[in-house]
Amino acid sequence: MSVLEVSDLSVSYATREGPVPAVRGVSFDIDRGQVLGLAGESGCGKSTIGLGLLRLLPRGTEMRGRVMLDGADVLAMAPSELGAVRWTQASIVFQGAQHALDPVIRVGDQIEEAILAHRPVSRRDAAGRAAELLELVGLPARRTRDFPNEFSGGQKQRVMIAMALACDPDLVIADEPTTALDVMVQAQVLRLLKNLQTELGLSMLFITHDLSVLAQVADRLAVMYAGRIVEEGPAADVFASPVHPYTMALAGAFPRIGDESFVQAPGGLEGDPPDPRDLPTGCSFHPRCSRVMERCRTVDPPSFAAGADRRAECLLLEDAGATESVPT
Amino acid sequence: MGEWRYVGRKLLQAGATLLFIITVNFFLFRVMPSDPVRLLTRQRGVQLSPEAQAALTHDLGLDRPLPAQFVQYLADTFRLDFGDSFIFPGQSVVSVFSRFLWPTVLLVGTATVLMIVIGLYLGIRGGWKRGRPLDVGSMGFSLLFYSMPDFWLAMILLIVFSTALGWFPSGGFESPSSDLTGFARALDIANHMFLPVLTLTLGYIGEYYLVMRSSLLDVLGEDYITTVRAKGIREDRVLWRHAVRNAMLPTISLIALSFGFVLAGAITVELVFSYPGLGLLAIQAIDSQDFLLLQALFLFASVAVLVSNLVADLVYSWVDPRVREA
Amino acid sequence: MTEPDAGAGAPTPEVATRSARSVVWARRRLSARRFWATYRRSVMGIAGLVILVLFALMALLAPVLVSADSLDVTKATGPILAPPSWEYPMGTDEAGRSVLALVVWGSRVSLAIGLLAAVVSMVVGAAIGIVAGYRGGRWDSALMRFTDWFLVLPGLPLAITLAAILGQSMFIIVMVIGLTSWPWTARIVRSQALSVRERPYVERARGLGAHDLQLIAKHVLPNVFPVIFANTILSIALAILAESALSFIGLGDPLRVSWGATLELAFDAGAPTIGAWWWIGFPGACIVLVVLAFTMCGNALEEILNPRLRQR
Repeated sequence: MSVLEVSDLSVSYATREGPVPAVRGVSFDIDRGQVLGLAGESGCGKSTIGLGLLRLLPRGTEMRGRVMLDGADVLAMAPSELGAVRWTQASIVFQGAQHALDPVIRVGDQIEEAILAHRPVSRRDAAGRAAELLELVGLPARRTRDFPNEFSGGQKQRVMIAMALACDPDLVIADEPTTALDVMVQAQVLRLLKNLQTELGLSMLFITHDLSVLAQVADRLAVMYAGRIVEEGPAADVFASPVHPYTMALAGAFPRIGDESFVQAPGGLEGDPPDPRDLPTGCSFHPRCSRVMERCRTVDPPSFAAGADRRAECLLLEDAGATESVPT
Repeated sequence: MGEWRYVGRKLLQAGATLLFIITVNFFLFRVMPSDPVRLLTRQRGVQLSPEAQAALTHDLGLDRPLPAQFVQYLADTFRLDFGDSFIFPGQSVVSVFSRFLWPTVLLVGTATVLMIVIGLYLGIRGGWKRGRPLDVGSMGFSLLFYSMPDFWLAMILLIVFSTALGWFPSGGFESPSSDLTGFARALDIANHMFLPVLTLTLGYIGEYYLVMRSSLLDVLGEDYITTVRAKGIREDRVLWRHAVRNAMLPTISLIALSFGFVLAGAITVELVFSYPGLGLLAIQAIDSQDFLLLQALFLFASVAVLVSNLVADLVYSWVDPRVREA
Repeated sequence: MTEPDAGAGAPTPEVATRSARSVVWARRRLSARRFWATYRRSVMGIAGLVILVLFALMALLAPVLVSADSLDVTKATGPILAPPSWEYPMGTDEAGRSVLALVVWGSRVSLAIGLLAAVVSMVVGAAIGIVAGYRGGRWDSALMRFTDWFLVLPGLPLAITLAAILGQSMFIIVMVIGLTSWPWTARIVRSQALSVRERPYVERARGLGAHDLQLIAKHVLPNVFPVIFANTILSIALAILAESALSFIGLGDPLRVSWGATLELAFDAGAPTIGAWWWIGFPGACIVLVVLAFTMCGNALEEILNPRLRQR
């Protein structure tokens, strides 16, 4: 059974100039114990999805579609139900833990706060649990008494991970968990996350702009562009043979060790992602696409099946004779 | 401990600032005036005999070279020896000063507590429910009262509540020649203080409201607030335990700096209500050109702001763990 | 507020074909138009602007509106302390002068002092802020320490003390207010200048040996100017308040009628206790309106020009 089923999710931010679509009809599932990688350039809507799953977006943001978390629709919940679901069924490891921890509260207290909000335990037990959690992520238990500024960047991220596990959530949303860290620390944090995931059998939504990170942790891979998932499938297959030109470019932008051709001609994308207020007509990727066709300027491609358990939104697939896939 | 290093550094800085203040004071009264001897020894209306003037000149060290004067001034200041007042002959500046000090402490203290509590509360509520009637109302109120000269507001309140309605006395610290004691006296004093306190409070609530509101809005946009929300914490706890606590930090130092404005406001408000505090004393000193007294008053005002800044820095170090480490 | 966004579009194509200088001018005109289009949407900003224009007209046309003679106590013809009437819409003072005449003529002095003092404060604050922010290093820390010291000196008491020592004339009042209110400006300008200094093109120009003054004039000043401007508008409001307080205490220019001076006369004559509300109410209301208007304009400007606030 799926821990998370998102179907036809759309999100529009309220601005002075009117609503701006950030996510435009996105569907995906995450099975128990599975890691779904969500990749894309900044501004493609991937972080909006991460926050939107727990309805953490600014007031006035409009959300449509369905977000079924353990069988209940998050978008239809009353505030009290929502408060109970947050952190117990899904928790978030935020991007750049630099600013994700309250600077004036001891980290132990911040972890305890989450436990006490959801579990009928005494303060002492909560404190004990917080200490255990720190040890679980490789920090000494006594550091519960320290303030966030006394931790290094990587340590803060470990604290954040410990906090995310405080209420044994069914799903952990990791939103760029390694982005602001230097390379060595990135690798350590990534290994920690992967180990915890296998050990505890966590389901995870792993959001990043860095495809090379996902190659190491993800079971499935979804690639976003301009608010849509343009390609989705088993991670290994998508990596080995991307079908969407955007995925190809994205994968090409990362060096593969031992790949001589990359050193000669690094792949990558020209131009910037489109302004969500002013999306191109047709396929929103067409102005940057290396294989653009005349039809791409006018026809918005639907989702096509692209092999076993794979789909992509690109007209090239239609030409190759693929059938339209029915959204799950 | 980083904490003690921080406190030590702040004390050192305050010491440097104190020295600066004293130097400014020296310059203001001894160097800038074209004839400091005359400035400091003249008195409107009364003619000092040449002998008396010479004696005073010598007493203040005005006949000595400037560096020597400065050293003596420093020594006198640290001994709190500011010479004798002209307005109150035969009384030292310090003794006059301390007589007028307490009414001002009472007035400014009461008003400051009220304006901080009300202003911060409105700022928290307004920032939290931004754009709601309370916020919009507070915003209009703040702008309006910010634009009002304190003394004008004082006179308007005086006309309405004293002259027209007769609810409050028109001025003074307490009823003259009354022999009230104990609680009755306290009530009488409070009755006299009501309008001055109201003026100052109304005049400065807006400042605290605006500072707190914008600080809270900044904090509400921070990632850690999203983290707290994601943890499923109740909204009122998000506000009071996390947002307000962080928003207080920048507010503390601004509160300290704006203390100078409140003191300044007290000058004209005391004048309007003929409230016998340091502000009224300062105006009497100006009117009768009692510059020794004025000098001491200016020094006091500066030191009061300096001390409130120092207190703010220390409170800051106590609330914000980041400062302790730096 | 439903107006179409006149100047907000992209530059028109013909701009590209013109010479470099006219391109610069076209860009300036465009950004001015865009600025106005944004400003126009601020209700507060427009309301403030309208009030200011009215008061400016009043101040400029004072000699036409009311003869200067009507300020002369010896030539006053009206009844003594009369409440507002058709003949004297704002009543009369103790000497039988029309309060309206005092208000109209007072606007000249109050506005002039406010403007001039704000300019003095701006020049000093901007100079210190730019040097500190642009030079950085020791200059920065020395100048900012100095500024912080001044920040502790309470402004109005310092102004009072200075005015009491130096004497009373319009020039002294302008200088006193200006020289006691610059530290805030200096701090704000400094942080802006600091950010300009670190921009790559400025660093590159410095690397190529461009002269400091040249760089300040060409890059720092234009970038810092919007902030200085908004700040100046806000400090005019404060300067007008300071002038009124100084005058009220009796430290104003004794030869000129300002709103604060009128209030001082009224207070000394016991207007609050005899209930002559018009004598106090109208001049004071003018101060409130003008200060409010400058504040509203300043806030509107700041919201447009200050990039940090704009995102809100």
